[in-house]
Amino acid sequence: MSTTAATPSTVADDEGRAAFDALIAADGRIEPRDWMPEDYRKTLIRQVSQHAHSEIIGMQPEANWITRAPSLKRKAILMAKVQDEAGHGLYLYSAAETLGATRDEMVEALIEGKAKYSSIFNYPTRSWADVGAIGWLVDGAAIANQVPLCRASYAPYGRAMVRICKEESFHQRQGFEILLTLANGTPEQKAMAQDAVNRFYAPALMMFGPPDDASPNSKQSMAWHIKRFSNDDLRQRFVGMIVEQVKVLGLTLPDPELRYDEETKQWIHQELDWVEFMDVIKGKGPCNAQRLERRRVAHEDGAWVREAAAEYARKQQLKLAEASGKAA
Amino acid sequence: MSHDFEEEFAGYGDNVASATRVTPGHALRPEDIALQDAPPAADNGEYAVWLGDDSLILAQRLAWWISRAPEMEEDIALGNIGLDLLGHARSFLTYGGKSIGKTEDDLAYWREEDEFRSVHLVEVPGQDFGLTIARQLFFSVYLELLYTRLLNSTDATLAAISAKALKEVEYHVDHATQWMLRLGGGTEESARRIQHSLEVMWPYAHELFVDEPLHERLAATGVAALPSSLKEDWDRRVTAVIEESGLAMPAAKDALCRGRRGEHTEHLGYLLAEMQVLARKFPGATW
Repeated sequence: MSTTAATPSTVADDEGRAAFDALIAADGRIEPRDWMPEDYRKTLIRQVSQHAHSEIIGMQPEANWITRAPSLKRKAILMAKVQDEAGHGLYLYSAAETLGATRDEMVEALIEGKAKYSSIFNYPTRSWADVGAIGWLVDGAAIANQVPLCRASYAPYGRAMVRICKEESFHQRQGFEILLTLANGTPEQKAMAQDAVNRFYAPALMMFGPPDDASPNSKQSMAWHIKRFSNDDLRQRFVGMIVEQVKVLGLTLPDPELRYDEETKQWIHQELDWVEFMDVIKGKGPCNAQRLERRRVAHEDGAWVREAAAEYARKQQLKLAEASGKAA
Repeated sequence: MSHDFEEEFAGYGDNVASATRVTPGHALRPEDIALQDAPPAADNGEYAVWLGDDSLILAQRLAWWISRAPEMEEDIALGNIGLDLLGHARSFLTYGGKSIGKTEDDLAYWREEDEFRSVHLVEVPGQDFGLTIARQLFFSVYLELLYTRLLNSTDATLAAISAKALKEVEYHVDHATQWMLRLGGGTEESARRIQHSLEVMWPYAHELFVDEPLHERLAATGVAALPSSLKEDWDRRVTAVIEESGLAMPAAKDALCRGRRGEHTEHLGYLLAEMQVLARKFPGATW
């Protein structure tokens, strides 16, 4: 991924670094034109573009149920929700572009399988209840991860996250409400809800990333005030939240080891399958190939449309230039 | 870090009642119509169902694009147009259903194919951007003309739904027009493809303007507009867009279409099978 940062002189570099360090120390915000270390820029491009990709790929599992939504009201809500995800992807690609990456490069990296995205979206949505489980658990985990990012030191990222988190809060409620309705429905509907929670619980806990002692990049991100809480701290908060909410649903979490340890003030949960997690990240999840293929086909099938729009714009520019030439 | 979690998350997730609920004033929602409006006369109700069916089927077609469009901006735009149409359909079906004691979902999920009253234009697949834009041009211009006339409907609920829908449909016309200009005036390939798409969709367009006995009865009482009375304006406006796009008026022959009588394309059955499959697995369930 290229960046457009000019190579600054050594003196400017030193001054820039001092200003950057001072801003970070004061918990200030870095704007696109401010000097920033190359590693900071690269880390952010990677994180923000991965986040954008997650929104775009994340449209697919839920879009899978739009045409089959069981009521027109649910269909409308789901369409609006998946549309929101596309909007989030756009804000985030724009935020990454302020760091010098181009959307074309980022989209290409995604389609070629070179970029990562949240591995949870490589699991299939087999039932309508999965739409509820994704809203409650996956969007819930996303909120826990992302609310602290509203204060990320890179200002455009933080600003994008403010809006995204507000919409995600709404998404989580709609997911919870789907599950609540199912859990209070027929025995088959309740079983459908429980099955979805069973399948999405562990992948949702894994959305926070590996345990702190196995997460080498976290420290630097926290020093830069991009990340504000550790993976395990965020996971703890999330577990504490869903433990209470699952009671309201009248469902259970599929974790026999789940308990609160009064001594350590920590939630103890079952060991997560980090081998599967790494496999899915590496592309071996149930839907990795399917998700990327859908994106690739959409992109390639749409090439003629994008080319037409570009060519039309070029012709309009020419006409304008000719008209102003004649006028002069 | 001195921030604690509670402070950090105040106003998000479970702490907030509703973050982005769209409430455009007291716009006519299907829920309001279900609760407040008096049931329509049988003919008015039937007419509302016809209007609802067109928009519902096209919304289902447009929903397919979400995550498949040529640009992410179009995922949003086509999804948004579909969502608008779904909203109109819900209001019309809710109102129409009241005349026969049915809900919007009874009508959408539990009617058989020959009970739908949609036109063929909205039923044919459009899984190609050119086909979708050609159809959007034909249908959106028709809806804009129709809803403009229905503003004066003697049925206050139909007039109110039309007034809300009209604002959205004006945007749909603009979206289709802007794409017509770009595809017609873009590359050789895009001009060839959109010309072909106009030909493919053209045989179904004329059905929008067929007067059925129901239309004639309702036009006489000022409830509905006669479809045939919209044709001249529609021709003029669609021709203007096609010509401005540097394209030729389609020469394809009109197909025999009787969607308003329950005689549908081969495609509708598949669309309904998909749309209705889950609801029909659980008769009487609440979602």
